[in-house]
Amino acid sequence: MSESVYILGIDMLKFGKYPDRTFAQLGGEAALLALDDAGLTVRDVQAMYCGSVFGAYDMTGQAVMREIGQTGIPVTNISNACATGASAFREAWIAIKSGLYDAVLAVGVEKMPRGMLGAGHETGISLEGLFGSASMPAVFAESGMEHAGKWGTTFEQFAKVSVKNHHHSTMNPKAVYQKETPLEEVMGSEMIAYPNTKLMCSVNVDGSAAAVLVSEKKAREMGMGRAIRVMASALASDPWNPRNPIMPDVNSVTRLAAQTAYDMAGIAPSDVSLVELHDCFATAELLHYENLQLCAPGQAGRLIDEGVTALGGRVPVNVSGGLLSKGHPLGATGIANMYEIALHLRGEAGARQVEGAKVGLTHVVGLGTASAVHLFEKA
Amino acid sequence: MTDTAPQPLRPAQPYIRLDGDTPYVEGRLCSACGARTAAVHLACPGCGGRDTVQSYRAPTTGRLHAYSIVRRSYPGVPVPFVSAIVDLDDGLTLKGNLINVAPEPDALPVGMPVRMVFGDAMGRTDKDGASYVAFFFEPAA
Repeated sequence: MSESVYILGIDMLKFGKYPDRTFAQLGGEAALLALDDAGLTVRDVQAMYCGSVFGAYDMTGQAVMREIGQTGIPVTNISNACATGASAFREAWIAIKSGLYDAVLAVGVEKMPRGMLGAGHETGISLEGLFGSASMPAVFAESGMEHAGKWGTTFEQFAKVSVKNHHHSTMNPKAVYQKETPLEEVMGSEMIAYPNTKLMCSVNVDGSAAAVLVSEKKAREMGMGRAIRVMASALASDPWNPRNPIMPDVNSVTRLAAQTAYDMAGIAPSDVSLVELHDCFATAELLHYENLQLCAPGQAGRLIDEGVTALGGRVPVNVSGGLLSKGHPLGATGIANMYEIALHLRGEAGARQVEGAKVGLTHVVGLGTASAVHLFEKA
Repeated sequence: MTDTAPQPLRPAQPYIRLDGDTPYVEGRLCSACGARTAAVHLACPGCGGRDTVQSYRAPTTGRLHAYSIVRRSYPGVPVPFVSAIVDLDDGLTLKGNLINVAPEPDALPVGMPVRMVFGDAMGRTDKDGASYVAFFFEPAA
Protein backbone atom coordinates (compact mmCIF):
# COMPACT_ATOMS: atom_id res chain seq x y z
CA MET A 1 0.00 0.00 0.00
CA SER A 2 1.19 3.49 -0.86
CA GLU A 3 1.94 6.18 1.67
CA SER A 4 -0.33 9.19 2.12
CA VAL A 5 -2.50 10.52 -0.68
CA TYR A 6 -2.78 14.26 -1.25
CA ILE A 7 -5.13 16.67 -2.96
CA LEU A 8 -2.80 18.75 -5.09
CA GLY A 9 -5.46 20.76 -6.91
CA ILE A 10 -9.18 21.27 -6.34
CA ASP A 11 -11.83 23.68 -7.58
CA MET A 12 -15.51 24.06 -8.41
CA LEU A 13 -17.78 26.10 -10.65
CA LYS A 14 -20.16 28.53 -9.01
CA PHE A 15 -23.34 26.51 -8.54
CA GLY A 16 -26.37 27.66 -10.53
CA LYS A 17 -28.44 26.88 -13.58
CA TYR A 18 -26.46 26.08 -16.75
CA PRO A 19 -29.14 25.21 -19.32
CA ASP A 20 -26.80 25.94 -22.24
CA ARG A 21 -23.93 23.75 -21.12
CA THR A 22 -23.57 19.97 -21.21
CA PHE A 23 -22.51 17.64 -18.43
CA ALA A 24 -19.17 17.26 -20.19
CA GLN A 25 -18.58 20.99 -20.49
CA LEU A 26 -19.40 21.60 -16.83
CA GLY A 27 -17.25 18.68 -15.67
CA GLY A 28 -14.45 19.63 -18.03
CA GLU A 29 -14.33 23.21 -16.78
CA ALA A 30 -13.97 22.08 -13.17
CA ALA A 31 -11.34 19.53 -14.21
CA LEU A 32 -9.26 22.18 -15.95
CA LEU A 33 -9.52 24.49 -12.93
CA ALA A 34 -8.38 21.68 -10.64
CA LEU A 35 -5.48 20.79 -12.95
CA ASP A 36 -4.43 24.47 -13.03
CA ASP A 37 -4.62 24.57 -9.24
CA ALA A 38 -2.36 21.50 -9.11
CA GLY A 39 0.07 22.84 -11.69
CA LEU A 40 -0.47 19.72 -13.81
CA THR A 41 -1.92 19.02 -17.26
CA VAL A 42 -4.23 16.33 -18.51
CA ARG A 43 -1.16 14.46 -19.78
CA ASP A 44 -0.05 13.95 -16.17
CA VAL A 45 -3.34 12.27 -15.22
CA GLN A 46 -3.18 8.45 -15.19
CA ALA A 47 -6.82 7.60 -14.38
CA MET A 48 -10.10 9.41 -13.97
CA TYR A 49 -13.27 8.79 -11.93
CA CYS A 50 -16.39 10.73 -12.80
CA GLY A 51 -19.33 11.01 -10.40
CA SER A 52 -22.76 11.92 -11.73
CA VAL A 53 -26.26 10.77 -10.83
CA PHE A 54 -28.25 11.95 -13.83
CA GLY A 55 -25.37 11.64 -16.31
CA ALA A 56 -23.87 8.33 -15.20
CA TYR A 57 -25.64 6.25 -17.86
CA ASP A 58 -24.22 8.53 -20.55
CA MET A 59 -20.48 7.81 -20.13
CA THR A 60 -20.06 11.34 -18.83
CA GLY A 61 -16.47 10.75 -17.68
CA GLN A 62 -15.32 9.87 -21.17
CA ALA A 63 -17.20 12.89 -22.51
CA VAL A 64 -15.30 15.07 -20.01
CA MET A 65 -12.04 13.65 -21.39
CA ARG A 66 -13.16 14.65 -24.90
CA GLU A 67 -13.43 18.21 -23.56
CA ILE A 68 -10.01 18.32 -21.90
CA GLY A 69 -7.86 15.82 -23.85
CA GLN A 70 -8.37 12.17 -24.79
CA THR A 71 -5.22 10.57 -23.50
CA GLY A 72 -6.64 7.05 -23.40
CA ILE A 73 -6.48 6.62 -19.63
CA PRO A 74 -8.95 4.38 -17.78
CA VAL A 75 -12.15 6.26 -16.99
CA THR A 76 -14.86 4.99 -14.65
CA ASN A 77 -18.30 6.50 -14.13
CA ILE A 78 -19.70 6.44 -10.60
CA SER A 79 -23.26 6.83 -9.35
CA ASN A 80 -24.02 6.57 -5.61
CA ALA A 81 -26.93 8.94 -4.92
CA CYS A 82 -25.84 12.03 -2.97
CA ALA A 83 -22.58 10.27 -2.06
CA THR A 84 -21.64 10.18 -5.76
CA GLY A 85 -18.93 12.86 -5.87
CA ALA A 86 -17.34 11.63 -2.65
CA SER A 87 -17.44 8.07 -4.00
CA ALA A 88 -15.63 9.13 -7.18
CA PHE A 89 -13.03 10.86 -5.01
CA ARG A 90 -12.69 7.75 -2.89
CA GLU A 91 -12.11 5.54 -5.94
CA ALA A 92 -9.34 7.93 -7.00
CA TRP A 93 -7.88 7.73 -3.48
CA ILE A 94 -7.97 3.91 -3.59
CA ALA A 95 -6.31 3.88 -7.01
CA ILE A 96 -3.35 5.87 -5.69
CA LYS A 97 -3.32 4.11 -2.33
CA SER A 98 -3.01 0.79 -4.17
CA GLY A 99 0.22 2.01 -5.74
CA LEU A 100 -1.08 1.81 -9.31
CA TYR A 101 -0.99 5.54 -10.06
CA ASP A 102 0.65 8.80 -8.96
CA ALA A 103 -1.92 11.27 -10.32
CA VAL A 104 -5.66 10.68 -10.62
CA LEU A 105 -8.52 13.02 -11.47
CA ALA A 106 -11.87 12.92 -9.65
CA VAL A 107 -14.75 14.89 -11.14
CA GLY A 108 -18.27 15.38 -9.82
CA VAL A 109 -20.78 16.91 -12.21
CA GLU A 110 -24.55 17.32 -12.29
CA LYS A 111 -27.34 18.86 -14.26
CA MET A 112 -30.46 18.51 -12.17
CA PRO A 113 -33.98 17.81 -13.39
CA ARG A 114 -36.55 20.33 -12.17
CA GLY A 115 -38.97 19.66 -9.36
CA MET A 116 -38.95 17.61 -6.22
CA LEU A 117 -36.87 14.45 -6.02
CA GLY A 118 -37.92 11.06 -4.72
CA ALA A 119 -40.79 9.76 -6.81
CA GLY A 120 -42.60 6.81 -5.28
CA HIS A 121 -42.30 3.39 -6.83
CA GLU A 122 -45.33 2.13 -8.67
CA THR A 123 -47.42 -1.00 -8.42
CA GLY A 124 -50.46 -0.53 -10.59
CA ILE A 125 -51.26 2.85 -9.08
CA SER A 126 -49.28 5.78 -7.76
CA LEU A 127 -48.45 5.29 -4.08
CA GLU A 128 -47.42 8.86 -3.24
CA GLY A 129 -49.84 10.36 -0.75
CA LEU A 130 -51.50 6.97 -0.29
CA PHE A 131 -48.91 5.30 1.93
CA GLY A 132 -47.44 8.52 3.25
CA SER A 133 -44.84 10.33 1.21
CA ALA A 134 -41.61 9.23 -0.45
CA SER A 135 -40.61 12.81 -1.29
CA MET A 136 -37.21 13.82 0.06
CA PRO A 137 -38.56 16.77 2.11
CA ALA A 138 -40.99 14.41 3.85
CA VAL A 139 -38.48 11.61 4.37
CA PHE A 140 -36.00 13.95 6.03
CA ALA A 141 -38.82 15.67 7.92
CA GLU A 142 -39.73 12.30 9.41
CA SER A 143 -36.11 11.74 10.47
CA GLY A 144 -36.16 15.17 12.11
CA MET A 145 -39.42 14.42 13.88
CA GLU A 146 -37.94 11.17 15.16
CA HIS A 147 -35.25 13.31 16.80
CA ALA A 148 -37.88 15.77 18.04
CA GLY A 149 -39.89 12.93 19.55
CA LYS A 150 -36.86 11.61 21.38
CA TRP A 151 -35.13 14.82 22.43
CA GLY A 152 -37.68 17.61 22.19
CA THR A 153 -35.94 19.34 19.29
CA THR A 154 -38.10 22.22 18.04
CA PHE A 155 -39.22 23.61 14.67
CA GLU A 156 -37.34 26.80 15.58
CA GLN A 157 -34.08 24.92 16.21
CA PHE A 158 -34.34 23.20 12.83
CA ALA A 159 -35.07 26.56 11.19
CA LYS A 160 -31.99 28.13 12.79
CA VAL A 161 -29.83 25.79 10.71
CA SER A 162 -31.11 27.47 7.59
CA VAL A 163 -30.58 30.96 9.01
CA LYS A 164 -26.96 30.06 9.81
CA ASN A 165 -26.12 28.46 6.49
CA HIS A 166 -27.72 31.22 4.45
CA HIS A 167 -25.73 33.74 6.49
CA HIS A 168 -22.53 31.84 5.74
CA SER A 169 -23.28 31.84 2.03
CA THR A 170 -23.28 35.65 1.94
CA MET A 171 -19.49 35.32 2.16
CA ASN A 172 -19.20 32.67 -0.58
CA PRO A 173 -19.17 33.98 -4.16
CA LYS A 174 -19.53 30.40 -5.49
CA ALA A 175 -22.83 29.82 -3.66
CA VAL A 176 -25.96 30.11 -5.79
CA TYR A 177 -27.59 32.34 -3.14
CA GLN A 178 -25.86 35.00 -1.09
CA LYS A 179 -28.66 36.44 0.95
CA GLU A 180 -29.63 36.56 4.59
CA THR A 181 -32.80 34.71 5.64
CA PRO A 182 -33.92 35.84 9.11
CA LEU A 183 -35.59 33.27 11.36
CA GLU A 184 -39.11 34.64 10.77
CA GLU A 185 -38.57 34.38 7.03
CA VAL A 186 -37.36 30.78 7.24
CA MET A 187 -40.19 29.70 9.54
CA GLY A 188 -42.77 31.66 7.57
CA SER A 189 -41.84 30.48 4.08
CA GLU A 190 -44.03 27.90 2.33
CA MET A 191 -44.36 24.73 4.39
CA ILE A 192 -43.30 21.83 2.17
CA ALA A 193 -43.32 18.95 4.65
CA TYR A 194 -43.49 19.89 8.34
CA PRO A 195 -41.09 20.84 9.83
CA ASN A 196 -39.21 21.62 6.59
CA THR A 197 -40.24 24.88 4.95
CA LYS A 198 -39.08 25.84 1.47
CA LEU A 199 -36.08 27.72 2.89
CA MET A 200 -35.13 24.58 4.82
CA CYS A 201 -34.78 22.51 1.64
CA SER A 202 -31.55 22.35 -0.37
CA VAL A 203 -31.32 24.28 -3.60
CA ASN A 204 -31.81 22.43 -6.90
CA VAL A 205 -28.92 23.60 -9.11
CA ASP A 206 -26.38 22.41 -11.66
CA GLY A 207 -22.68 22.36 -10.87
CA SER A 208 -19.35 20.62 -10.95
CA ALA A 209 -16.24 20.22 -8.84
CA ALA A 210 -12.99 18.37 -9.42
CA ALA A 211 -9.90 17.30 -7.52
CA VAL A 212 -6.45 16.11 -8.56
CA LEU A 213 -5.15 13.45 -6.18
CA VAL A 214 -1.49 12.51 -6.08
CA SER A 215 0.83 10.07 -4.36
CA GLU A 216 3.33 11.12 -1.72
CA LYS A 217 6.08 10.80 -4.34
CA LYS A 218 4.30 13.09 -6.80
CA ALA A 219 3.40 15.58 -4.06
CA ARG A 220 7.05 15.85 -3.01
CA GLU A 221 8.07 16.29 -6.64
CA MET A 222 5.50 19.07 -7.14
CA GLY A 223 6.02 20.72 -3.76
CA MET A 224 3.90 20.30 -0.64
CA GLY A 225 3.16 24.03 -0.33
CA ARG A 226 -0.56 23.84 -0.99
CA ALA A 227 -1.09 20.09 -0.73
CA ILE A 228 -3.89 18.71 1.45
CA ARG A 229 -3.34 15.31 3.04
CA VAL A 230 -6.23 12.85 2.98
CA MET A 231 -6.26 11.58 6.57
CA ALA A 232 -9.19 9.21 6.06
CA SER A 233 -11.63 8.09 3.41
CA ALA A 234 -14.61 6.09 4.63
CA LEU A 235 -17.69 4.82 2.85
CA ALA A 236 -20.56 2.88 4.39
CA SER A 237 -23.83 1.32 3.24
CA ASP A 238 -26.89 1.16 5.44
CA PRO A 239 -26.68 -1.60 8.02
CA TRP A 240 -29.78 -3.53 9.06
CA ASN A 241 -32.11 -1.49 11.18
CA PRO A 242 -35.54 -2.69 12.30
CA ARG A 243 -37.26 0.28 10.62
CA ASN A 244 -35.56 0.27 7.23
CA PRO A 245 -36.30 0.26 4.38
CA ILE A 246 -39.72 1.57 5.49
CA MET A 247 -37.95 4.53 7.07
CA PRO A 248 -34.63 5.33 5.37
CA ASP A 249 -32.12 5.51 8.18
CA VAL A 250 -29.87 8.51 7.61
CA ASN A 251 -28.21 8.07 11.00
CA SER A 252 -26.67 4.60 11.20
CA VAL A 253 -24.92 4.83 7.85
CA THR A 254 -23.34 8.17 8.73
CA ARG A 255 -22.30 6.93 12.17
CA LEU A 256 -20.59 3.93 10.60
CA ALA A 257 -18.70 6.04 8.06
CA ALA A 258 -17.73 8.62 10.68
CA GLN A 259 -16.38 6.09 13.16
CA THR A 260 -14.39 4.38 10.39
CA ALA A 261 -12.92 7.73 9.37
CA TYR A 262 -11.93 8.77 12.90
CA ASP A 263 -10.33 5.37 13.47
CA MET A 264 -8.44 5.53 10.16
CA ALA A 265 -7.13 9.02 10.89
CA GLY A 266 -6.39 8.22 14.51
CA ILE A 267 -8.01 11.41 15.73
CA ALA A 268 -10.93 12.33 17.99
CA PRO A 269 -14.00 14.26 16.85
CA SER A 270 -12.83 17.13 19.08
CA ASP A 271 -9.77 17.50 16.82
CA VAL A 272 -11.95 18.65 13.90
CA SER A 273 -11.71 22.40 13.10
CA LEU A 274 -14.58 22.66 10.62
CA VAL A 275 -17.18 20.47 8.93
CA GLU A 276 -18.99 20.46 5.61
CA LEU A 277 -21.90 18.08 6.17
CA HIS A 278 -24.94 16.99 4.20
CA ASP A 279 -27.60 19.58 5.06
CA CYS A 280 -29.94 18.41 2.29
CA PHE A 281 -32.70 19.59 4.63
CA ALA A 282 -32.40 21.68 7.78
CA THR A 283 -33.65 18.73 9.84
CA ALA A 284 -30.74 16.60 8.61
CA GLU A 285 -27.99 18.94 9.80
CA LEU A 286 -28.93 18.63 13.46
CA LEU A 287 -29.02 14.82 13.24
CA HIS A 288 -25.55 14.78 11.73
CA TYR A 289 -24.06 16.85 14.59
CA GLU A 290 -24.66 13.77 16.69
CA ASN A 291 -23.93 11.23 13.96
CA LEU A 292 -20.51 12.84 13.38
CA GLN A 293 -19.94 13.00 17.16
CA LEU A 294 -19.67 16.80 17.24
CA CYS A 295 -21.81 16.57 20.38
CA ALA A 296 -23.39 13.96 22.62
CA PRO A 297 -26.74 12.38 21.67
CA GLY A 298 -29.61 14.80 22.24
CA GLN A 299 -27.38 17.89 22.31
CA ALA A 300 -27.80 19.01 18.67
CA GLY A 301 -30.52 21.54 19.47
CA ARG A 302 -28.31 23.12 22.10
CA LEU A 303 -25.40 23.29 19.66
CA ILE A 304 -27.36 25.38 17.15
CA ASP A 305 -28.88 27.55 19.91
CA GLU A 306 -25.44 28.34 21.35
CA GLY A 307 -23.84 29.16 18.00
CA VAL A 308 -21.22 26.44 18.37
CA THR A 309 -21.55 25.52 14.68
CA ALA A 310 -21.66 29.08 13.33
CA LEU A 311 -18.58 30.80 11.93
CA GLY A 312 -16.64 31.90 15.02
CA GLY A 313 -17.96 28.99 17.08
CA ARG A 314 -16.04 25.96 18.33
CA VAL A 315 -16.70 23.84 15.26
CA PRO A 316 -18.17 25.82 12.35
CA VAL A 317 -20.44 23.74 10.10
CA ASN A 318 -21.23 24.47 6.46
CA VAL A 319 -19.35 27.75 6.27
CA SER A 320 -19.76 27.49 2.48
CA GLY A 321 -23.50 27.99 2.88
CA GLY A 322 -24.12 24.28 2.67
CA LEU A 323 -26.55 22.52 0.39
CA LEU A 324 -29.24 24.83 1.76
CA SER A 325 -27.71 27.95 0.22
CA LYS A 326 -24.61 27.04 -1.79
CA GLY A 327 -26.74 24.50 -3.68
CA HIS A 328 -26.92 20.75 -4.17
CA PRO A 329 -26.04 19.34 -7.61
CA LEU A 330 -25.99 15.72 -6.41
CA GLY A 331 -22.90 14.35 -8.17
CA ALA A 332 -20.83 17.49 -7.57
CA THR A 333 -21.67 18.05 -3.92
CA GLY A 334 -19.17 15.63 -2.37
CA ILE A 335 -16.13 17.18 -4.07
CA ALA A 336 -17.45 20.73 -3.61
CA ASN A 337 -17.51 20.04 0.14
CA MET A 338 -13.83 19.06 -0.06
CA TYR A 339 -13.02 22.23 -2.00
CA GLU A 340 -14.42 24.29 0.86
CA ILE A 341 -12.32 22.40 3.39
CA ALA A 342 -9.19 22.82 1.23
CA LEU A 343 -9.73 26.59 1.09
CA HIS A 344 -9.78 26.82 4.87
CA LEU A 345 -6.81 24.51 5.43
CA ARG A 346 -4.84 26.60 2.92
CA GLY A 347 -6.00 29.84 4.57
CA GLU A 348 -7.62 31.01 1.31
CA ALA A 349 -11.28 31.25 2.35
CA GLY A 350 -11.45 35.04 2.57
CA ALA A 351 -14.18 36.59 4.71
CA ARG A 352 -15.43 33.21 5.89
CA GLN A 353 -12.01 31.82 6.84
CA VAL A 354 -12.10 29.58 9.91
CA GLU A 355 -9.07 30.88 11.76
CA GLY A 356 -6.41 28.33 12.54
CA ALA A 357 -8.18 25.49 10.73
CA LYS A 358 -6.10 22.32 11.12
CA VAL A 359 -8.43 19.40 10.36
CA GLY A 360 -11.52 19.44 8.13
CA LEU A 361 -14.29 16.86 7.80
CA THR A 362 -16.59 16.33 4.82
CA HIS A 363 -19.75 14.23 4.92
CA VAL A 364 -22.42 13.21 2.46
CA VAL A 365 -25.30 10.77 2.74
CA GLY A 366 -27.29 9.43 -0.18
CA LEU A 367 -30.73 8.77 1.25
CA GLY A 368 -30.16 6.31 4.07
CA THR A 369 -28.14 4.00 1.93
CA ALA A 370 -24.67 5.46 1.27
CA SER A 371 -22.52 7.74 3.36
CA ALA A 372 -18.98 9.00 2.83
CA VAL A 373 -16.85 10.77 5.43
CA HIS A 374 -13.42 12.19 4.65
CA LEU A 375 -10.87 13.86 6.92
CA PHE A 376 -8.21 16.28 5.68
CA GLU A 377 -5.27 18.26 7.03
CA LYS A 378 -2.74 20.64 5.56
CA ALA A 379 0.34 18.72 4.44
CA MET B 1 -73.00 -7.55 -24.27
CA THR B 2 -71.81 -9.76 -21.49
CA ASP B 3 -71.94 -9.00 -17.82
CA THR B 4 -68.56 -8.93 -16.19
CA ALA B 5 -68.23 -10.18 -12.67
CA PRO B 6 -67.09 -7.50 -10.20
CA GLN B 7 -63.34 -7.57 -9.97
CA PRO B 8 -61.85 -8.25 -6.56
CA LEU B 9 -59.87 -5.39 -5.07
CA ARG B 10 -56.17 -5.67 -5.74
CA PRO B 11 -53.65 -5.09 -2.94
CA ALA B 12 -51.90 -1.71 -3.28
CA GLN B 13 -48.78 -3.15 -1.62
CA PRO B 14 -47.41 -6.61 -2.21
CA TYR B 15 -47.55 -7.34 1.53
CA ILE B 16 -51.28 -6.61 1.78
CA ARG B 17 -53.03 -9.99 1.62
CA LEU B 18 -56.67 -10.86 1.26
CA ASP B 19 -58.24 -13.48 3.51
CA GLY B 20 -61.44 -13.84 1.55
CA ASP B 21 -62.64 -10.25 1.62
CA THR B 22 -60.66 -9.35 4.72
CA PRO B 23 -57.37 -7.62 4.06
CA TYR B 24 -54.40 -7.95 6.37
CA VAL B 25 -50.68 -7.18 6.34
CA GLU B 26 -48.37 -10.12 5.99
CA GLY B 27 -45.14 -9.65 7.91
CA ARG B 28 -41.96 -11.69 7.70
CA LEU B 29 -40.14 -12.83 10.83
CA CYS B 30 -36.64 -14.30 11.01
CA SER B 31 -36.46 -17.13 13.54
CA ALA B 32 -32.67 -16.70 13.80
CA CYS B 33 -32.33 -12.97 14.63
CA GLY B 34 -35.89 -11.75 15.18
CA ALA B 35 -35.83 -9.24 12.31
CA ARG B 36 -39.26 -8.32 10.96
CA THR B 37 -39.89 -6.95 7.48
CA ALA B 38 -42.83 -6.26 5.24
CA ALA B 39 -40.96 -6.86 2.00
CA VAL B 40 -39.79 -10.27 0.83
CA HIS B 41 -36.03 -10.75 0.43
CA LEU B 42 -33.80 -13.56 -0.76
CA ALA B 43 -32.31 -13.93 2.72
CA CYS B 44 -32.90 -12.23 6.06
CA PRO B 45 -31.62 -8.64 5.75
CA GLY B 46 -30.85 -8.67 9.47
CA CYS B 47 -28.55 -11.67 9.66
CA GLY B 48 -28.26 -13.09 6.17
CA GLY B 49 -29.98 -16.28 7.30
CA ARG B 50 -31.49 -18.44 4.58
CA ASP B 51 -34.69 -20.41 5.12
CA THR B 52 -35.07 -18.70 8.51
CA VAL B 53 -37.87 -16.31 7.52
CA GLN B 54 -41.55 -17.18 7.88
CA SER B 55 -44.57 -15.10 7.05
CA TYR B 56 -47.20 -14.24 9.66
CA ARG B 57 -50.29 -12.10 10.06
CA ALA B 58 -49.29 -8.69 11.45
CA PRO B 59 -51.26 -7.01 14.24
CA THR B 60 -53.33 -3.92 13.50
CA THR B 61 -52.37 -1.83 16.50
CA GLY B 62 -49.23 0.16 17.13
CA ARG B 63 -47.75 3.54 17.98
CA LEU B 64 -46.79 6.66 16.04
CA HIS B 65 -42.99 6.77 15.80
CA ALA B 66 -42.45 9.80 13.55
CA TYR B 67 -44.35 11.79 10.94
CA SER B 68 -44.37 14.69 8.53
CA ILE B 69 -47.29 16.89 7.57
CA VAL B 70 -46.95 17.00 3.80
CA ARG B 71 -48.19 20.22 2.26
CA ARG B 72 -46.51 20.04 -1.13
CA SER B 73 -46.22 16.78 -3.00
CA TYR B 74 -46.03 15.72 -6.63
CA PRO B 75 -48.50 17.19 -9.11
CA GLY B 76 -52.00 15.81 -8.65
CA VAL B 77 -51.45 14.44 -5.14
CA PRO B 78 -53.99 15.94 -2.71
CA VAL B 79 -52.46 17.75 0.27
CA PRO B 80 -52.18 18.13 3.19
CA PHE B 81 -51.79 14.62 4.51
CA VAL B 82 -49.89 13.11 7.41
CA SER B 83 -47.14 10.72 6.37
CA ALA B 84 -46.65 8.49 9.41
CA ILE B 85 -44.09 5.93 10.50
CA VAL B 86 -45.85 3.42 12.74
CA ASP B 87 -44.30 0.71 14.88
CA LEU B 88 -46.83 -2.11 15.16
CA ASP B 89 -47.10 -3.80 18.55
CA ASP B 90 -45.00 -6.75 17.36
CA GLY B 91 -42.15 -4.51 16.18
CA LEU B 92 -42.92 -4.43 12.46
CA THR B 93 -42.65 -0.88 11.07
CA LEU B 94 -44.97 0.42 8.34
CA LYS B 95 -45.48 3.75 6.65
CA GLY B 96 -48.91 5.07 5.83
CA ASN B 97 -51.30 7.99 5.86
CA LEU B 98 -52.52 8.91 9.33
CA ILE B 99 -56.18 9.88 8.91
CA ASN B 100 -59.04 11.16 11.03
CA VAL B 101 -56.72 13.56 12.81
CA ALA B 102 -55.98 17.27 12.34
CA PRO B 103 -52.79 17.81 10.28
CA GLU B 104 -51.24 19.85 13.08
CA PRO B 105 -48.21 19.07 15.27
CA ASP B 106 -50.26 19.50 18.46
CA ALA B 107 -52.60 16.71 17.38
CA LEU B 108 -49.75 14.32 16.63
CA PRO B 109 -47.88 13.36 19.80
CA VAL B 110 -45.14 10.86 19.11
CA GLY B 111 -45.98 7.56 20.75
CA MET B 112 -49.75 7.96 20.36
CA PRO B 113 -51.60 4.65 19.93
CA VAL B 114 -52.92 4.08 16.41
CA ARG B 115 -54.83 1.33 14.64
CA MET B 116 -54.65 0.12 11.08
CA VAL B 117 -57.77 0.33 8.97
CA PHE B 118 -58.22 -0.91 5.41
CA GLY B 119 -60.12 0.75 2.64
CA ASP B 120 -60.25 1.76 -0.97
CA ALA B 121 -56.99 3.31 -2.22
CA MET B 122 -58.42 6.83 -2.36
CA GLY B 123 -60.26 6.02 -5.58
CA ARG B 124 -57.06 5.38 -7.50
CA THR B 125 -57.40 2.89 -10.33
CA ASP B 126 -54.87 1.41 -12.71
CA LYS B 127 -54.86 1.38 -16.51
CA ASP B 128 -57.32 -1.54 -16.50
CA GLY B 129 -59.72 0.40 -14.29
CA ALA B 130 -59.09 -1.93 -11.36
CA SER B 131 -59.56 -0.70 -7.80
CA TYR B 132 -57.09 -1.27 -4.98
CA VAL B 133 -57.19 -1.82 -1.25
CA ALA B 134 -54.82 0.13 1.00
CA PHE B 135 -54.25 0.51 4.71
CA PHE B 136 -54.40 3.69 6.73
CA PHE B 137 -53.76 4.53 10.34
CA GLU B 138 -56.05 6.42 12.70
CA PRO B 139 -55.82 7.39 16.36
CA ALA B 140 -56.82 4.45 18.54
CA ALA B 141 -57.85 6.45 21.56
